[in-house]
Amino acid sequence: MAGAEGDDSLYPIAVLIDELRNEDVQLRLNSIKKLSTIALALEVERTRTELLPFLTDTIYDEDEVLLALAEQLGSFTVLVGGPEFVHCLLPPLESLATVEETVVRDKAVESLRKISQEHSPVDLEVHFVPLVKRLASGDWFTSRTSACGLFSVCYPHVSSTVKAEIRQHFRTLCSDDTPMVRRAASSKLGEFAKVLELDYVKSDIIPLFTALASDEQDSVRLLAVESGVSIATLLPQEDLEDLVMPTLRQAAEDKSWRVRYMVADKFSELQKAVGPEITKNDLVPAFQNLLKDCEAEVRTAAANKVKVFCESLPEDSRETIIMTHILPCVKELVSDTNQHVKSALASVIMGLSTILGKDNTVEHLLPLFLVQLKDEYPEVRLNIISNLDCVNEVIGIRQLSQSLLPAIVELAEDAKWRVRLAIIEYMPLLAGQLGVEFFDEKLNSLCMAWLIDHVYAIREAATCNLMKLVEKFGAEWAQNTIVPKVLGMANDSNYLHRMTTLFCINALSEVCGQEITTKHMLPVVLKMSTDQVANVRFNVARCLQKIGPVLDSSALQAEVKPVLEKLATDQDMDVKYFALDAISGMYPFISLTFQHISSQKHFHSPLYYPLQFFFFNKSAKMSTILCFSVNMGSNGCNITKSEKLKGV
Amino acid sequence: MSSGYLFVLRGFFCLIIKDGNLSLSLRLLVPRHSSNGDRTPDQEQFNQRVFPRFVSVCPTVFLFPLCSPLWMPSPALNTSSSYWSRPMQVFTKTKSEINLFFNLVCDPADVISTVEFNQTGEFLATGDKGGRVVIFQREPQGEYNVYSTFQSHEPEFDYLKSFEIEEKINKIRWLPPHNPAHFLLSTNDKTVKLWKVSEKDKRAEGYNLRDEEGRLKDLSTITTLQVPVLRPMDLLVEASPRRVFANAHAYHINSISVNSDCETYLSADDLRINLWHLNITDRSFNIVDLKPENMEDLSEVITVAEFHPHHCHLLAFSSSTGTTRLCDMRARALCDQHAKLFEEAVDPSRQSFFSEIVSSVSDVKFSHSGRYLLTRDYLTVKVWDLNMENKPMETYQVHDYLRTKLCSLYESDCIFDKFECAWNGTDSVIMTGAYNNYFRMFDRASLRDVTLEASREVCKRRAVLQPRRVCVGKKRKETDVSVDSLDFRKKILHTAWHPKENIIAIAASNNLYIFQDRLTPNGHHNTPEIQSAM
Repeated sequence: MAGAEGDDSLYPIAVLIDELRNEDVQLRLNSIKKLSTIALALEVERTRTELLPFLTDTIYDEDEVLLALAEQLGSFTVLVGGPEFVHCLLPPLESLATVEETVVRDKAVESLRKISQEHSPVDLEVHFVPLVKRLASGDWFTSRTSACGLFSVCYPHVSSTVKAEIRQHFRTLCSDDTPMVRRAASSKLGEFAKVLELDYVKSDIIPLFTALASDEQDSVRLLAVESGVSIATLLPQEDLEDLVMPTLRQAAEDKSWRVRYMVADKFSELQKAVGPEITKNDLVPAFQNLLKDCEAEVRTAAANKVKVFCESLPEDSRETIIMTHILPCVKELVSDTNQHVKSALASVIMGLSTILGKDNTVEHLLPLFLVQLKDEYPEVRLNIISNLDCVNEVIGIRQLSQSLLPAIVELAEDAKWRVRLAIIEYMPLLAGQLGVEFFDEKLNSLCMAWLIDHVYAIREAATCNLMKLVEKFGAEWAQNTIVPKVLGMANDSNYLHRMTTLFCINALSEVCGQEITTKHMLPVVLKMSTDQVANVRFNVARCLQKIGPVLDSSALQAEVKPVLEKLATDQDMDVKYFALDAISGMYPFISLTFQHISSQKHFHSPLYYPLQFFFFNKSAKMSTILCFSVNMGSNGCNITKSEKLKGV
Repeated sequence: MSSGYLFVLRGFFCLIIKDGNLSLSLRLLVPRHSSNGDRTPDQEQFNQRVFPRFVSVCPTVFLFPLCSPLWMPSPALNTSSSYWSRPMQVFTKTKSEINLFFNLVCDPADVISTVEFNQTGEFLATGDKGGRVVIFQREPQGEYNVYSTFQSHEPEFDYLKSFEIEEKINKIRWLPPHNPAHFLLSTNDKTVKLWKVSEKDKRAEGYNLRDEEGRLKDLSTITTLQVPVLRPMDLLVEASPRRVFANAHAYHINSISVNSDCETYLSADDLRINLWHLNITDRSFNIVDLKPENMEDLSEVITVAEFHPHHCHLLAFSSSTGTTRLCDMRARALCDQHAKLFEEAVDPSRQSFFSEIVSSVSDVKFSHSGRYLLTRDYLTVKVWDLNMENKPMETYQVHDYLRTKLCSLYESDCIFDKFECAWNGTDSVIMTGAYNNYFRMFDRASLRDVTLEASREVCKRRAVLQPRRVCVGKKRKETDVSVDSLDFRKKILHTAWHPKENIIAIAASNNLYIFQDRLTPNGHHNTPEIQSAM
């Protein structure tokens, strides 16, 4: 039966190979992702001679298939017979490196870079370098852009004559006709400079950098900025001034805002690369100009860097530079016309206080904080509030609290619910900074008000907030301040508020501990089991299930179980279901009842529409998939459900 | 259904390609009362191939067989000395059949709505009101043949705003060549799409589990694995949508333009201009916004926007008030403030109720050199030097005789027609359309102009296009046409000029005319001399 055995093992591979050409993209994709399995079955010889030639010509496929193929080929060395044969992978990757889709090309280049490491120096010169040259002199810009990323990986390992050729090719690409290629060369310039000998960096790379940095297309110039930063790290300090700085200075004052933006965005890297002396003489005035730029995008990028820039200033002159040069600009930015500039500044300005120390902070920064706390844009205020901890360490929060409170109250009552949501998320942090007394006095009422917000997301965040507050302030504080108010809502006339009580209990029971839960919360929950609204009743069941682990077994048996059993006979299907679910969670032996109930057929009406909502119950010994559907009948929306039982 | 009945006229002169309806035309050959059962197998087969709105067309397989039996292209020599030759019609089948087409009322979906050559001039794309794009390729002999036809846009309905979105292609723009495939952007009122048109000439063969006919093989016969091999096949041209740029325009998109940096393009609607990255479909940047706080303060709308051909930071947009603005994207991220404003002072004595409508700019084109701007308003074309904002360098009257007829043109809505204009490859001649299937050319050096007609009736074989003259008073010559007899329903709105050679494409309702200048006996093209055509 050897033949039959052969068939059995061949069959899955045969399917995979056939599916390489399936009409369904997903199947082709799956098959390509298992390419290593196919190659393993075909063995190295047939992989090299049959599979790879086929793959080389399949570049007509969908992008995602090609992307997967490019990725797979990067780790194919073993499957074609090891480093000795790794060059067999070059043809398919070469054709992938010329497709029009950027992500595929980039992946192909990444894989080529990866397998270049597995080439012997001889193979590099015989197989890899010719490929790079072919790409570099290709007819289409797609191949030439791909070539730009490959010079740096082969350069270190080849002979000096080949090195000269590679440098020549790179030079040619830097002055290519199409901006796409110049952009690719511009962005790879820094990387290429790193592998070059220092003399060639000075003689070859610097002129290229200067040329690219003054290209007529600003999209090329802006990429040269980043390369300039990497080149600056390579050069000795004494050459920087002559070779790089004139170009970088020019870039910081470029006519195009996009180039200036790039300089602002890379400012901290630049600062590191050029060292303290040039920073003091050149970068400080440049940074001042960027902070005062006429384009808001540039100011935003610069404002984001204020803290990092100040931190990395040389220590001896840090404070004077900040006080005399940076702070005046920052003061202007505080009342900028553009909200993005202000909010970028607000996210970092607090960080300056640790650098400047207490006195300067109180005298100079505090007024700025106060202005920003009163800003018309909520995002600015939120950014200040979110960073309060920095300033608290230096001067304490008391200085701010008078202004803080109106700002918080205003945000808490903002008409946009997303703003309210954002401030709720900062509440635990604020509570930690401000302390219990201040909180009780000023903010507690806000936290309670959120519980009855008309947006569900706010109510949900508010319950979560309560839990975090209790974690911070302790169960005793909870019992005195929060719990009475929460439980009071159980008698509210609005059923949504009554449900909020249950949600709060869900969240609080664990952090409050057994005593409070049993003594104060449980009676309220049990009382609500007779609520007239079904939604409240089934939430009682869910709540009981949730707080069950916190309660002791006597309370469970004596109080919870009878209530759940009563709910299990409720008229409403959902209440019944959740009650049974809760029971089965606590007492696995009741699952038989559950099975009996669930086998009833609930609906046949076409008015039930499945809702994309699945509930997976793992606590019971059976896995239950519930598919809820909405009854669109005349009674409005009723949530019902259908069950499918799997493996009891 | 795809469009096009097609005259392919071999030789040097001209090709007319009429964008009718292929399947429709062939069905007309079948008596109307015939039922399915009466159809010949050939027709049945044909309908099966053409009825589904095909996305890709293999010209060698089924477009040529359609054309050739009806009209045999036959070479002919042009003996006339005139500059623009006249197209010829060659019929080898009975004329009565052909006349059927001529009597057809044009299907509105077939009306061509945009014409555009690619960067090399090898390809020509047209878009129509039915959302279809037809691409023509220039054969080595010089004629343009259908290369690919695909449905670019479908009619849609915006349920939120409760209006229909037409499938009409407003603009087509070719991308600079990337690789052997060709890429173009097409747009309707709301959605821009990036299309890839590529050729495929190989097919994989050999399955493990199935034989060549697709039947499952007996498992026991499979003893070795087989890797598919690629075999040559007939050329297949495929058009596939690569990107869809949607949901960024509240108003109707009137223009798209690819930036010279080749990674961004703009799309302009009535009030805003957005900047897109060609690889990113989920966001775009608004660079110009004319929308006032209160829509009652609205005083102008954007009519056209275009990028400078060489400087990636410059763009020009024109407005309904007759101004054209040049914006510098280097200065600011938002280009609401213009760098330059091209506007001509209006002579108060010529002011009238229609002045503003007539001055609305309907098209803007940068010259190939990038130095000049060509603008078209209702009555004139103007050439502006980018360095001179206060008045145009040159103003050419397209149909000044209509100045007295503006009132009736207003009543028929013709006054709102948006005529396009075009430069020739060397920026020395300007072309624009007019009414009565006339189009106008102006030689900038000699200041001579010519009116030519593109219509089936006059496009006879072995002749060149004769200049036309519209007279206001009484006829001076037999061939003159009186203003009152102009047909305002026949208008040439869309024109394109080959980027290098003297080949022009003229769209007149559902007809596409391609004219080529006469060749000198040694095979070289003449430099354009309109003089000789007068």
